[in-house]
Amino acid sequence: MIKKLLGTIALSLTCAIAFAAEGGYKLEHAPNRINDMASLQNGAKLFVNYCLGCHSANSMRYNKLTEIGLTDDQIKKNLLFTSDKVGDLMHIAMTPEDAKKWFGAAPPDLSVIARAKSTTMGPSGVDYVYTFLRTFYRDTSKATGWNNLVFPSVGMPNALWQLQGERSLERTTIHSAAQADGSSQWERTVAKYDGQGYSEIKKEVLKDYDGSPVDKAILTPADPRLQATFDNNVADLSNFLGWMAEPMQLQRKEMGVWVLLFLALFLLVAWRLNATYWKHVK
Amino acid sequence: MAGEKTVDTTGLLGWIDKRFPLTSMVKEHMSEYYAPKNFNFWYFFGSLAMLVLVIQIVTGIFLVMNYKPDAKLAFESVEYIMREVPWGWLIRYMHSTGASMFFVVVYLHMLRGLFYGSYRKPRELVWIFGVAIFLSLMGEAFFGYLLPWGQMSYWGAQVIVNLFSAIPFIGPELAIWIRGDYVVSDATLNRFFAFHVIAIPLVLIGLVVAHIIALHEVGSNNPDGVEIKQGPKDRYGRPMDGIPFHPYYSVHDLVGVAGFLIVFAAIIFFGPEMGGYFLEYNNFIPADPLKTPPHIAPVWYFTPFYSMLRATTADFTWVLAGAAVLAAIVLFIKGNLKGVWRIAVPVILLLVAVLLRTIDAKFWGVVAMGGAVVILFFLPWLDHSPVKSIRYRPTWHKYLYAIFIVNFLVLGYLGTQAPNPTFNLMSQIGTVIYLAFFLVMPVWSRIGTFKQVPDRVTFHAH
Repeated sequence: MIKKLLGTIALSLTCAIAFAAEGGYKLEHAPNRINDMASLQNGAKLFVNYCLGCHSANSMRYNKLTEIGLTDDQIKKNLLFTSDKVGDLMHIAMTPEDAKKWFGAAPPDLSVIARAKSTTMGPSGVDYVYTFLRTFYRDTSKATGWNNLVFPSVGMPNALWQLQGERSLERTTIHSAAQADGSSQWERTVAKYDGQGYSEIKKEVLKDYDGSPVDKAILTPADPRLQATFDNNVADLSNFLGWMAEPMQLQRKEMGVWVLLFLALFLLVAWRLNATYWKHVK
Repeated sequence: MAGEKTVDTTGLLGWIDKRFPLTSMVKEHMSEYYAPKNFNFWYFFGSLAMLVLVIQIVTGIFLVMNYKPDAKLAFESVEYIMREVPWGWLIRYMHSTGASMFFVVVYLHMLRGLFYGSYRKPRELVWIFGVAIFLSLMGEAFFGYLLPWGQMSYWGAQVIVNLFSAIPFIGPELAIWIRGDYVVSDATLNRFFAFHVIAIPLVLIGLVVAHIIALHEVGSNNPDGVEIKQGPKDRYGRPMDGIPFHPYYSVHDLVGVAGFLIVFAAIIFFGPEMGGYFLEYNNFIPADPLKTPPHIAPVWYFTPFYSMLRATTADFTWVLAGAAVLAAIVLFIKGNLKGVWRIAVPVILLLVAVLLRTIDAKFWGVVAMGGAVVILFFLPWLDHSPVKSIRYRPTWHKYLYAIFIVNFLVLGYLGTQAPNPTFNLMSQIGTVIYLAFFLVMPVWSRIGTFKQVPDRVTFHAH
């Protein structure tokens, strides 16, 4: 009876998970390099050079980087720009008030950003950062001259543009749009942004379209080789942000294996002890 | 010496026993407490709830040593615990996972009571203390959830405290009094901290003691719902179907503890966020009173009740009012209420029906949510079935229980999701099913062909 019950419950739970898909730009899966020290170190270097100018990481201490294989000397020589002690936290000089004045919004602290941007039962925050940093395109209609596919009208310009090189975007969406007469009809929009951010937008009404909404974006780099290097760098940077959000995660998983092995042994002993006691109970 | 008690024990234990009932208490509650010998898997969860309570208290003590209950410092002090405090991450994950596992264990423990009729006479007080523990636990979890001072902490507290403002007349002032400010702020954080670490834990421990004393007074129920004290006894007057709790069930519970700790450790070490259900991802963003998140969802263990709150819209109060009128008519014509109650109960129901349509639906949402918990207190008097255990009930009763469980889980799922018309309709149906399960129980629980309950418990030697 109870087994049957549990079966029904398990079934209803799987349905619940299938339901949980969400909208928005589809995030790409970031390569998993969490155990790759070289990647984490490259990510740390990029982070300190390109992100730490505007974003703080107030919960992160510079010498925590020794856990990804850097020495205090290396940190001091190569990564200390905003302070002079390796024991310092990654604070920045810009105050949130100034930031708000200059950019319209204070750049968020990045200590735990990779956890904050995760989706329940969905893509991780590392996937978010990886996709976000690779989907900037030039758009002259925005104040910074930049726009983003993951975060439309984001206040942040593409800080990594020199590493990325020039790119153009062709974005096709099919969505239902309100018409002049008040009805709504399927409409196809093709927006082309060239490398300088000048756009050309074409709209057409689709009659008898009964499919699902479409959102397809094709980013074309002027130099594919540069783009490949860039993708690799962004993968390292996202990887580092993922590590920084929870620096003890590597030890945690390693320790977990031993804890579970111990508990399995404990279960075995408890089970046999129980069986011995109950052997004579009739 | 004059006035000294005579005891069987000697030495240090004898010295203590002359002054404190140590040996007799150990006997009463452990080695000579006779529990039915046919306990099954479902009987692990009581002792596991005790284990989790201890884990929460011990890890909580260490967290308080490093946590700062201050709106400016709270968020970063949690990250300080995670990064700088030796083993702080483990302590914190044990506490956060413990909170969710507490509810897992308690829900299963309550479900066991539901299956085997453990709330029936003479165990009404055991059940009532238990529901009071559940209610305190909800309070404890709610107050504790504000402390990390993330976006979900902040806006979750904002939503729940705002519910009190729905109470007619005193509501708005009451909400300000609870917060200590016009919005959730530092003052709120400080008082929630006080409730979380002192007030509610004291109440919780007191209730747990009362729960166990009441249980040991009347004796444990069992999967057959047979009273072992009324069964055959041996020549010392001990029930033949009982077995000393210690050592038999202490070693038995040890197996449950090992199994539980494996699950607990697997979550802590390999997925402490549990996909965003145990630690909500939005809560890694510091609280921002100026930025409302697009979707506010409480933690999973509150979501079934949160669904019932959201389900109660103005349209839905028509349904509830209709049900109240129907109940009034049926009770007046067919009910067997005595004397003045025959008139009074239908009149009260009609009055409720009128109020349902006059007072703001938001208030009734709060009533539905609160009522869904409070109704559990009355369970011993709602169940009129001639047998206690689900084992001897008609088969269709079992399907009702299955529907109830699935319904509760679906409500839980809906509570985590952003509202949309389909989901709202589903949670309205779910709310009706949940409430009807209990409110119509006096009727349905006595209908059907019940199986013969055996004289002795069914026990197969291991």
